[in-house]
Amino acid sequence: MGLWQWTWASILLRLILIYFPHNVLNLSSRPELSTPLTSLRRLAEGYWLKQSSISPYAGSMYHGSPILLSLLGPLTVIRIEGLPAHILCSLVFVIADLASAMLIRAIGNILNVAYSRKLNTLKLGKLVDSPDFLPAGDIAALVYLWNPFTIVTCVGSSTSPIENFLILLTLYGACKRLPPLAAFGWVVSSHVALYPAILIIPVILLLGYGPDSPPRKLFFQRNPTRTVDDIPFEQSAHSSYFSWTSIVLFFFWVSVFASCVLFLCGLSVKEYGGLHEMIQRTYGFMLTVEDLSPNIGVLWYFFAEVFDFFRDFFLIVFHVNILFMLLPLAIRLNHRPCFLAFVYIAISSILKSYPSVGDSALYLGLLSLFVNELADMQFSFFLFSGYVGVSLLSPIMHNLWIWRGTGNANFYFATAMAYACFQIVLVVESVNAILNHDRKIRKLCTTTN
Amino acid sequence: MALILRFVLVLIALCLATSEEVNNKEEFTEELLLKPLSDRKVLSQFHFRHMLPDELGSHHSLFPKAIFQLVQKFRLRELELSFTQGRWNYERWGGYDPLSSSNAKPPGVELWAVFDVPQHEVDASWKNLTHTLSGLFCASINFLESSTAYSAPEWGSQQSSGKLRYGALPREAVCTENLTPWLKLLPCRDKAGLAALMDRPSIYRGYYHSQRLHLTSSKFGALGSTRGIVLDQTLSLVLQPNKETGTTFSSSSVYQPDWSMSTLYGREVGGKCVLAESSTVYVLLEGGLVSTLKGSWRKEVDEVDNLVIENSWSNPNFELSIPPNKVIEEETTLHKNPSILYVYSVEDSEAFRPFDLEFRWKIPVVWSSPKAPLTSSRFLTGSGNERGAIAISLQSSKRKGFVPTVDVNEERCGLRVDIFQVVPWYVKVYYHTTQLYVDEQPQSLGDFVEKMRVSPSEDKVSPGVMEMILRLPCAVKSAALTIDFDKGFLHIDEYPPDANQGFDIPSAIVSFPDFQTRLDFLVGNSSKKSPMLSKLQESRHIQSYTEVLLVPLTTPDFSMPYNVITITCTVFALYFGSLLNALRRRVAEEERRQREIAAKKTGSFPLLSKFKAKLRGQSWEPPPTESSTSSSIMNKKLIMKVILVAAIAAGWQYYYG
Repeated sequence: MGLWQWTWASILLRLILIYFPHNVLNLSSRPELSTPLTSLRRLAEGYWLKQSSISPYAGSMYHGSPILLSLLGPLTVIRIEGLPAHILCSLVFVIADLASAMLIRAIGNILNVAYSRKLNTLKLGKLVDSPDFLPAGDIAALVYLWNPFTIVTCVGSSTSPIENFLILLTLYGACKRLPPLAAFGWVVSSHVALYPAILIIPVILLLGYGPDSPPRKLFFQRNPTRTVDDIPFEQSAHSSYFSWTSIVLFFFWVSVFASCVLFLCGLSVKEYGGLHEMIQRTYGFMLTVEDLSPNIGVLWYFFAEVFDFFRDFFLIVFHVNILFMLLPLAIRLNHRPCFLAFVYIAISSILKSYPSVGDSALYLGLLSLFVNELADMQFSFFLFSGYVGVSLLSPIMHNLWIWRGTGNANFYFATAMAYACFQIVLVVESVNAILNHDRKIRKLCTTTN
Repeated sequence: MALILRFVLVLIALCLATSEEVNNKEEFTEELLLKPLSDRKVLSQFHFRHMLPDELGSHHSLFPKAIFQLVQKFRLRELELSFTQGRWNYERWGGYDPLSSSNAKPPGVELWAVFDVPQHEVDASWKNLTHTLSGLFCASINFLESSTAYSAPEWGSQQSSGKLRYGALPREAVCTENLTPWLKLLPCRDKAGLAALMDRPSIYRGYYHSQRLHLTSSKFGALGSTRGIVLDQTLSLVLQPNKETGTTFSSSSVYQPDWSMSTLYGREVGGKCVLAESSTVYVLLEGGLVSTLKGSWRKEVDEVDNLVIENSWSNPNFELSIPPNKVIEEETTLHKNPSILYVYSVEDSEAFRPFDLEFRWKIPVVWSSPKAPLTSSRFLTGSGNERGAIAISLQSSKRKGFVPTVDVNEERCGLRVDIFQVVPWYVKVYYHTTQLYVDEQPQSLGDFVEKMRVSPSEDKVSPGVMEMILRLPCAVKSAALTIDFDKGFLHIDEYPPDANQGFDIPSAIVSFPDFQTRLDFLVGNSSKKSPMLSKLQESRHIQSYTEVLLVPLTTPDFSMPYNVITITCTVFALYFGSLLNALRRRVAEEERRQREIAAKKTGSFPLLSKFKAKLRGQSWEPPPTESSTSSSIMNKKLIMKVILVAAIAAGWQYYYG
């Protein structure tokens, strides 16, 4: 079977699962899938409140964006006879998943083309031409579509597929060097989920330097005597020169889209608490970890147990932890902005306040974009088993604790800790592997010369 | 002449003044109403009323000073505080008479108050009031201070001007420590008068116990005819008479138990409280009972005039040990059977001192109490600690002689039901999931909900309040309202000491404003009207409280904070450290250096130098010459340092360990 058959098969599987009676699976209320931010049920409540001319943020139910509320809200109230509730929303999520997969495929193709061209300039074309070199874009798209995490997220009525789609749109726009598209994706995804805001660094690097390449130093070592004039113009711009025009364009579009988003938000919450309330209830809610209901992250239990006078301190520590690694990673991986984006997304999905498996689905899809580079990654079997084990154990522990009352919160929290550890190992090992790969290229470069 | 005239005028003025004074003096009355209930129990309702007219100002001797200051300080317009234990049985003790709607209160503490202060000061006044009442009545009313515990209903009561606050504590245990301060407000306490009957063991043995304090002040706003402060103290008890004399149990007919004051309370009334204006005891036979009795009268004594016998205190059915001062029959409309009231004035019954009223049944009687148009109950559905649903079910009680009020504008007949429900914030209600079932068929809300006001709960700030006006068809048999909720998770400090017991959701109030009820007893001279009778005469709408719900919430492990903090921080350190290490490492350089060291390999401690190289990372550049000597010197220095640290550690361990 080819790529397209597998793609349609995955879509069909989603449709079947959506049609499946919800009472049996009841995915929409799983803590792994729907966080307070992405739950469609809460969105429906927010829409109901808005329809009753109460602020959608009144009460502590809805914490998402008002734009998402206006787009998805009307779909939540439409019922079609004989079909499960929220069928239209689920269809939207299926489409978002499909579009995300296509974007991943496109990103993969762009990366492959650029990468093989770069290696050819380094006279390392044999790396690309060998039969071991896999079509990463197709693989990544299929991995994204067939990842059980993606499937349950899509079926389980949470808005994560849309957030993932927006993030991928940002990366695609940046890879294609389309500043307006990148700016749109970045502004909207940061508005919806806040954490994608850190993607500004990889987006700027992508727009400035172009897609992933071997370390830039090698190009200078490769042609130490040749001047810039000898290299074709386009290639030089791609390889070593930072294109300031696209950055300026990007920031121009960012300001345009940001003001649009702010205007639309202001328009939709004007009658209620205004923008101040919206920011407090969305970003404030994310940053202060107000909701302590269990999820697969580690922060909920931590903040349920920590002493009140330490709360602010730890809030700062945990959020600074995300920000703190941005710069070292950007310095070390500046020649691989797409991989940098993957690492950022993975880190934020480990440390964010309300993580769900939808975030993992996204970074696992992006991870498989780098199958060729990460071929020598360590612990891959261990990590795979770990992911499988945690995703089986976590629902069991949740069931024992919440439904049967025989377990204890600590059991569930232990699976969350294990999950966090596996993700950390995955990030660290993939960074290690990519650095090793760079070293390998450097060695090959020096030996060929 | 003018002087004499002036003198006369002054005299007349004085006379008028004194006569005014007589009318405006403060009053205290005590009353007790006894009513046999259909399930072999007896309802007794003590009612004490203080009246303080406006003109007296603060010069009063009977009115409790604490309450007066309360009214002055918080500018209360109205206040009701109730302490209740047990649940009023609407099925058997009645749900459609003024007695039941005034007696029935939700379990625990319920407090509502209307303030006469500017809107922005209402919440502050409420907080101070709860603290004051908490001190006055030795109860944890101060828990109502938190904004998560009280709400501001808008339609439920008549005085809806945003100055009403309502709060309930369903779990509050009620006991003598609450009753004693309540009795302290009475001028004779429980030493004399009717309050002397309140023997603590017999009071708290009962099936239902509700102690109330109702305060109306017309000082701050024109309300009612009397200007001043009126304090009503009511204690309702449902007791089971334990003496069962002369009863023969047969399979079909069961005698109602005989009772007397001494068997009910274990005490008797020695006399009236001398400070009381009047001291009256009533025995009320409700309409249903009277009609049953009438039937048996007709059977037994046909020839005797009905009216004479049915009002008599000693008849073939029952007997009262003391002849009543007065027998009053209720003024009713056509459809209802009149109730009968036997009035005893304690001060007039000198001959029967100590006053011990006894009620003896002669024949077995079975009757039923009037019920509310719809019997309401509330329950939880679902299992597990993640989510659930609250269901309010209304069942038609198929009342006879039920006259629905027909809305003039609409052709279809409607039965209006008001529901007021407060839900604490940790029960996260999804209002969009509200579903209405009428006659077990799911219906759209728009068809039956006339009005709905929702103020959703905000985490740790305010409770969720739902007020709903339903208009159900008159022929409705049953209706149910369900709302889904998620259970919240709290910080460990927010759980009460016994967290696994669960959390209480206060009672919802279901009222039927279309149905008014009153008991109108025509008293001869209206000038000396009894407070209790005038209270019964006020027409009030039918209202019932639903059950308190117990919601179990998931608990975290309370003994774990340190473990959780340390383990989580370890994971974060793992993340930070390993990622930074991966970024910082220069494997090529390390390999090169290792090769160099292996080649030189002259030091006496190759392992240590390798370890040191690793410790220092790339910052340490091994000097190309005389490396062996310097490294050996450094090694010696290092060894010395290690020994020093070990010695310090050993010393520390020895002295402080």
